[in-house]
This record gives sequence, structure tokens and C-alpha cells, in this order.
Amino acid sequence: MNKILEKEHFSANVVKLVVEAPLIASSRRPGHFVIIIDNDHGERIPLTIADSDPVRGTITLVVQAIGDSTRAICAMEPGDCLHDVVGPLGRATHIEKFGTVVCSGGGVGVAPLLPIIKAMKEAGNRVISVLAARTKDLIILEEQVREYSDEVIIMTDDGSYGNKGLVTQGVESVIEREHVDMAVTIGPAIMMKFVALTTKKHNVPTMCSLNTIMVDGTGMCGACRVTVGGKMRFVCIDGPEFDAHQVDFDEMMLRLKSYN
Amino acid sequence: MTISPRDAEWREQLRQAHNAKYRTAIPRAKMPELPADYRVTSNNEVNQGLSTEMAVLEATRCLDCPDPQCVTGCPVGINIPGFIKNIERRNFHDAAMVLKETSALPAVCGRVCPQERQCESKCIYNKMKKPAVAIGYLERFAADTENIRDHSHDTVNTPALNGKKIAVAGSGPAGLSFAGAMARLGYSVTVFEALHEIGGVLKYGIPEFRLPNSVVDIEIESLKKQGVEMVKDCIIGKTLSYDRLLEMGFDGVFVASGAGLPRFMGIPGESLVNIMSSNEYLTRINLMHAGTAGYATPVPRVDRVAVIGGGNTAMDSVRTARRMGASKVMLVYRRSEEEMPARLEEVKHAKEEGVEFMTLHNPVEYLGDEKGHVRAMRVQRMELGEPDESGRRSPVPVEGAIEEIPVDLVIVSVGVSPNPLIPSAIDGLEVTRRGTIAVNDDMRSSIPLIYAGGDIVRGGATVILAMGDGRHAAQAMHKALSEKE
Repeated sequence: MNKILEKEHFSANVVKLVVEAPLIASSRRPGHFVIIIDNDHGERIPLTIADSDPVRGTITLVVQAIGDSTRAICAMEPGDCLHDVVGPLGRATHIEKFGTVVCSGGGVGVAPLLPIIKAMKEAGNRVISVLAARTKDLIILEEQVREYSDEVIIMTDDGSYGNKGLVTQGVESVIEREHVDMAVTIGPAIMMKFVALTTKKHNVPTMCSLNTIMVDGTGMCGACRVTVGGKMRFVCIDGPEFDAHQVDFDEMMLRLKSYN
Repeated sequence: MTISPRDAEWREQLRQAHNAKYRTAIPRAKMPELPADYRVTSNNEVNQGLSTEMAVLEATRCLDCPDPQCVTGCPVGINIPGFIKNIERRNFHDAAMVLKETSALPAVCGRVCPQERQCESKCIYNKMKKPAVAIGYLERFAADTENIRDHSHDTVNTPALNGKKIAVAGSGPAGLSFAGAMARLGYSVTVFEALHEIGGVLKYGIPEFRLPNSVVDIEIESLKKQGVEMVKDCIIGKTLSYDRLLEMGFDGVFVASGAGLPRFMGIPGESLVNIMSSNEYLTRINLMHAGTAGYATPVPRVDRVAVIGGGNTAMDSVRTARRMGASKVMLVYRRSEEEMPARLEEVKHAKEEGVEFMTLHNPVEYLGDEKGHVRAMRVQRMELGEPDESGRRSPVPVEGAIEEIPVDLVIVSVGVSPNPLIPSAIDGLEVTRRGTIAVNDDMRSSIPLIYAGGDIVRGGATVILAMGDGRHAAQAMHKALSEKE
């Protein structure tokens, strides 16, 4: 049982939860995820860890209400307990001083992106962050992203905030204007697919973080398998981060709809 | 050493009670089973267990041989005549105690061991061209009878603690048997399990109709009473690093993290929706209770299911698919039934339950619909060629004999590879070319304080072999830790 200590609404469907998990808080690194189960009849849901506080023994999760279970989790309040939290899972992000790094995040994908932005900045990179969403209200964590970015570009589909346009336009504007050594992209599969196509055109190495369907999250079931560079890989133990130019996003999008 | 030696007076008397002619004339007991048409509508255990009278009569068949070969067929060397003769004299408690001397989980082994290839294959009755003594049925009878007894007046003999702490990674058969053995030696044992349930493959893998969870839970509770601590949702190497375990004061670690990674065949279309590993299918249903009202985990409930493979996991999958309402369930296996690694009983049960056996067939491609869901499989007919290095006749394709069969769900059950999670998380832990943890004869790894056993060492074996590893490792670790002083 892991107690929820804080809750904050980022938008109508997105909440931030600060959850007690002392062992995970002290062993996690950027890129790691956890599997949570909300109640004793619940399903196992993978969520990337957005932040942690080893002193307080907490991890921060950002949850978007998209199905029955995530809706139930978003309705939980401080004092309530998640039935299970296990992790940290997956491989940690490869962080080094690349030079200039463009980090693009779409919607709730900004939450798992934030620890990478922070680590990239701390490793001495020049970090340019591109945050994208349909509309102004869905832009999350902007303030925290600004804290660790040299520049922040906001893109909204409807132009209600920042620049009107898609995330790819924001990323491409940076690549066309200056030399970029590395790109990181996290968000919906369709978004990552098009960011990857854009950066590939300009030969900028790109890393993406995949959030597929999982059951155990430890390599046992293979539900999360994706094709990367023509080879089958498991997101839970080989990922969640992969070379975005090698990922078969079309196949991944079909598999994401397995239970829709 | 054993509590029921062959030269005990009572056993001598029992041998005198009936002659061999009388004993060998008794027909082998038939396991009472639920009727096939009923059992596909429920998850109830198929084998109902022998009644007391059936068990005593079956035990009477055993000739109590002077040099019992059955014992040599048991991977852990259970004193088989010792427990069987206790059943014959109706001392069921002692029968169970003989089992407990060597097996931490007799109620489990009595149900899932491939006895026909182990103990029962060595029984003297085979030489007489008669069916072997039903050792597995009797093991289950003794263990179950002991488990349903009123234990409220039992005194638990917990040995004095020796002050040493041992960590176990994984709560499957290897981990549990190791934990039990170490607890009896006075160690403080903590078992860490990655999943949210204790029991490993006994819970997520083997279905309820073959091994009810309640049977596993009794064994787990008994370990807890002996002082074994169980921690769920904790992954050694991830949640707690090996160094952290040492800081916490653990004196030794036993890694029993299991086989893990499911294999796929790498054929076109294998990534289509509704093609999954047997691990995924069984975990969704057994561990997550998919298909049971009120549980959130989904599982496809469709009409036509194909399971690829011929092992016990494949049999568990076809039989589960029938229980999930599929009307047409096909088992696709590239060799013939004779080469099938599955237990005979599982094959028999699957057939009774209406599973179609497509032996000498191998899928070569899956075809999808516009939504990316599998809609058909293309299967290649095979024939048996020359024997390969393993001595088994290898299947070769019959040229041009490919047919397309409509299917809504494919479950791939062609084996597992070792889980790299722990090996990759501990620096200096040596692994073999196959990715299993390398151990010496004492089950000790390249890191002196780490021992390992079960499928993470063997790659993919049986419950009883995993349990044997657990016991073996416990003895070796105990010896090493005692010598250190």
C-alpha cells in the first residue's frame, strides 16, 4: 500500500500525484517507470516517474484519465492508498554532454520528459524545450521546464498560447536555425512518429520513450513488444527509450489499440 | 535419517501382511475427475483427489522393494516407499512428514510433477507390464490430508535464530523451498517478490483448474509461520540493489527469479493484435483474474484460438482458452504427439475438453485485418525426417502443403529465455552464453554470497527441479556460512 500525499490538477484530465514509495524514491533515475495497481481488483498500469524526493521518500506521477483505471486513479485523493507500486523499472536514460539538445513533449508526455530535461541540463547541455498541446489549458509543467531549459518554445494547435502549429514545426525551427546534437521526444505515438521523421530529415539523432501496454513490466509477458530496427524488443526491459528513427510507430499504434 | 526407515518393525510387519500376488492383482487407482463438459464451464480443479479407501488400497499395491528404483527417479530423492507405507497403515500424518523431509511443497508436486517420466517410470510394476504405483496421486493424498487437518493445536517448532539474515529473490518453487530449508536451520529469511502476489509461476502460470491457489497459499502460510518474511512489489537489482542488501545486513542472497522472457518465432505478422505469449495470456487470467467479473484487466474472449507449442504451458493455454468460452481451440505443434514434451495427463485432459490437435503443423505467417487484428494463420504441414542430435526425429516441411486457417487469437507457447533483469543489475555476476546465471556444483555464483537456482539457472525446467535447487543451495549456503565462523 502506498499513500497519496499530494494531488494537483494540471488540467481537467491530468493530475499530479505525490506518492509514498521510499525505496523507489532512492533508487530511481531519469527514464525509469513504475507499475501501479489502484485496488485489489485493479490492473497493472505503467507510468513514468516524473520526479522523486529521496529525503521525503516520495515519487511524483502524472496520470491522464483515459480509461476506467486511470479515471479511478485520477479520482483518488490525498490520504488514499494505491494498492501496489513497484519499480523502478526499465533502463535509465542515457545522459551525457551532447551539446545542444532539443527536448519535445506532447500533452502528458511532458511529465516523463521533465526529469530528462533536468538531467540533460545538469550534464552541461544547452537545452531547448518544445512543449506542445491542443490548447493552452493542456500545457503542463511549463514553469518547471523553464527552470531547467535555456529556451522554451510553446506550440498549440489552436494558437491559444505560444505559437500556433504542431510540435514538429517547433522542433524544425530550432534545427533550421542552429546546430542540434541530440533530440529527445516523449508524447503520443503519432507525435513521436512525426518528430522522428522531422529530425531524421535533418540527421539529428533522436531518442523517444515509449509507453506501451504492459502486464508485469519485468520482461515476462511480451505485451509491450515493439519493432526497433527490424528487431523485436521489449519496452519494459530493453526500453522504454529507443532510437526514434528505428521504431516502427505504425505497428506500435495498432498494438496500443489492442483493447479499444 | 528418515523418520520411516525400511527396517522399522511396522514396515516389516506390513510387508508380511500381504503377498506380492495379492498386491499386484489390485488395479491401479483411477483419479476421480470432473466430467469434461462441466469442467470447461468452470475453473474448478479437474482432478478431485483419491478418497481415503482408494489411497490405502493404492498404497497396498506398492511392494516396498528392497532397492526402490522410484526414489532414483525423483529429482529430490523423496523416500517414496516410506510415505506410501505410512498411507497403507493409515498413518497419514507421518506420510506427510516423510514428504516434508525432502519436499517443501508436496501438495504442489503431487499435482504438477511429470511422475510418468520420473518416479513412476522406474516402478517395478513397469517390468511386470502393469501400470506403475500411482505415486503422484498418493503424494497429493498425503499432502492434502495433512493440509486439511485441524492445525490449531499444533505447536510450531521454530528453531532458535542463528542471527544471520538471508535474502531470496523470487517466490516461486525454488525460492520457497530454499526459504523453508533455511528457516528450519535458524536463519532469518526474507523473500522478495517482484509481482503483487507471492508464489511465482505457481500463481501466474499454472491455472487454477490444475493447481488451485488455495493449495499454494497453505504452503505459503506454513512458511510464514516458520518465520519467513514475504515482501511483495520488490525487485532485487531494481528496488533494492545487491549493495543495498549487504548494507541492510544480509549475509547471503539466493536468486530464484525464474525464466521470464517469452520467445516468439520471428515469423511475419507476429506483432498483430491478438497474438500474444502464453505467459501474457495465462498471467492476465491467473494472476490478474481477467475474465472474472469485477476485475479490470482485459483479455480477448474470442471464438477461434490457436496455441503454438507442445509443452505443459501450451496445454494450460488451450485448456484455459476453452474455459474462456472459445468454441474452436487448436493446438499447433510441429512434431508428432509422441515427441510432445507435455505431460500425458494434460494431453488427455485437453483432448477430453475438445481441443483439436494439429500435430505436424507449423505456422509460417499470420494475416491481419484492416484494424491490425489477426484473422488467419498460414500453417505449413510437416513430416518427420531423420533424427537430429537430440535423438528426436526433426520435423521437415512438406513442400507446397500450406493452408490458411481462420483464427481470432494466437497464443505463442514455444518456450522462454532467462530473465536478464537480475543478471544485468548486479556487476560481476557471471552468466552463461544462454543468459542463465552460472553456478558451480553448490549452486554458488561468481559472487560468493550469491547463490542461484531454478529456471534462472536451468533456463526452463520443472517445479520439482527448481525445488531441488532450492534445497541444494540451502544446504550449500548453510555449510559455507557455518565454516566462515
